[in-house]
Amino acid sequence: MTIEQTQNQIVEEFSLFDDWMDKYNYLIEMGKDCPMIETQYKSNNYLINGCQSRVWLHTTFDGGIIHFRADSDAVITKGIVNLLIRVFDGHTPAEILTADTTFLDKIGLKEHLSPTRSNGLLSMVKQMKLYAQVFQLKSTQNHE
Amino acid sequence: MNSKYIIDIQQIRSQFPALNQSVYNKPLVYFDNGATTQKPQMVIERLKSWYEQENSNIHRGVHYLSQQGTIAFENARKTVADFVNAQYQHEIIFTKGTTDSINLLASSLGNLLVHDGDSVLVTGMEHHSNFVPWQQLCIEKKATFHVTEITDQGEIDLANYQLHLEKKPKIVAIAHISNVLGTINPIAEMIELAHKYAIPVVIDGAQAIAHQHIDVQSLDCDFYAFSGHKMYAPMGVGVLYGKEKWLNSMRPYQFGGEMVSQVSEQETTFNELPFKFEAGTPNVGAVLGLESAIKFLQDIGIENVKKYENELMHYALKRLSEIENLRLIGNPAHRAGVISFVIDEIHPYDLGMIMDKLGMAIRTGHHCAQPVMHHFGIPGTLRISFALYNTFDEIDSFVEALKKAILMLS
Ligand SMILES: Cc1ncc(COP(=O)(O)O)c(C=O)c1O
Repeated sequence: MTIEQTQNQIVEEFSLFDDWMDKYNYLIEMGKDCPMIETQYKSNNYLINGCQSRVWLHTTFDGGIIHFRADSDAVITKGIVNLLIRVFDGHTPAEILTADTTFLDKIGLKEHLSPTRSNGLLSMVKQMKLYAQVFQLKSTQNHE
Repeated sequence: MNSKYIIDIQQIRSQFPALNQSVYNKPLVYFDNGATTQKPQMVIERLKSWYEQENSNIHRGVHYLSQQGTIAFENARKTVADFVNAQYQHEIIFTKGTTDSINLLASSLGNLLVHDGDSVLVTGMEHHSNFVPWQQLCIEKKATFHVTEITDQGEIDLANYQLHLEKKPKIVAIAHISNVLGTINPIAEMIELAHKYAIPVVIDGAQAIAHQHIDVQSLDCDFYAFSGHKMYAPMGVGVLYGKEKWLNSMRPYQFGGEMVSQVSEQETTFNELPFKFEAGTPNVGAVLGLESAIKFLQDIGIENVKKYENELMHYALKRLSEIENLRLIGNPAHRAGVISFVIDEIHPYDLGMIMDKLGMAIRTGHHCAQPVMHHFGIPGTLRISFALYNTFDEIDSFVEALKKAILMLS
């Protein structure tokens, strides 16, 4: 599935919810789902400090594809982390670099990516894009 | 429940336009008064009439508006001086807020008193505003920065304070009321102790000024700092009270217009108090708004406010005790209407987000007091803080919302 297709799928899923409570319950359920990152990566090296909630992000690059794993100490943040991973995981650097996060606007969760939220999510997206940039650079260098 | 009070809470609420609104289709419950209070109509009107009819630059014009503005501004200074019972009007310096007042002190008083090898003493429950400026001063001056310990109840450890005083710090800085724990510190006693060693004491009154009567002379504090916006006044104005003898011996903090008397290429002589510390054009509208806010508080009577808010606080504590797994952060014997808590196993940020959706304006996080969070080993708390317009019904709504949020998150 392309990044856009996943985003559309998420938008569709969320369109089923009548009110914010259903939506947040869904996020909470997703956030509570099994740990999303191995404990060894829940360390300061992988920490994106959001001041209010913390996010850990671990990235690998294999066969031209980036894999993201992430976690958060706050469950709603983690639910949104989960969505972001679902969208960006398993794509090439080029795909990730051209993608945006407007799907969060469409499902009414845009506020969570606001710089004033200080929950680590905005920094997480920036960090993911930064990794994509680095990996893209690396792979073009390898080809030369 | 209102009949017990001399104040008519509905009548008071009706004076605050911002309280009368819904967020996410829920009636707004505003419990973030520790961050800033809403403004009564008379304060808003005062700002408006300043800009509509009186606006001019003060202290410098010969023209009518400027003269009237200057008189109004200096009258406001008198109102503030009387409000905190300062001995002289010129002991009241208008600043941008508490943070600005304390930075002024860390610079001017710091330069006067703190040198290589000296020390400064604060407490472990300070807001960053009364912590970082002193810490940075110490780094700059190669002085030692000492922090008085706090107890698990969230009170200042007075024995530890005494030990620190014996090391003769050059300045002591203490919050009157903690913005996280709600602790009302025994500042009169602490000031007296410090004065035994002739150490000047700076009080951060940001959380106290709107909630109890302040008498700087009977407290005998050397400095008292507060913000207008936490006492129903506009943002952008604050006060630094300082004893005349200190203010006279301190050098100015900022330089520019208004604060000088003679300037030549070789030298500048500074204006007298209070102008020496008020470089540049002040926020006149906000100062006049502050005067109105003081009148508003005085009309109701600060003792009435204190009594009413105390009842609100006790009621809230009682209702919160119904909630399982709720842990109060700080349980001081003397507490103001600031209550911090955590719910076991639930992140404060998650709770805050759900509470927001339920129309509850509360605060989550470290409240700019990370040393306090370190003491209690927590990432943050939820905090509710009251003002004179809050009601018992709002506390009930809050507790219902909290139960709902906890249910969602467990
Ligand atoms: C105890 C305390 N000190 C200082 C401040 C800083 O006040 P201001 O931001 O108005 O300068 C606050 C505000 O939150 C406070 O609660």
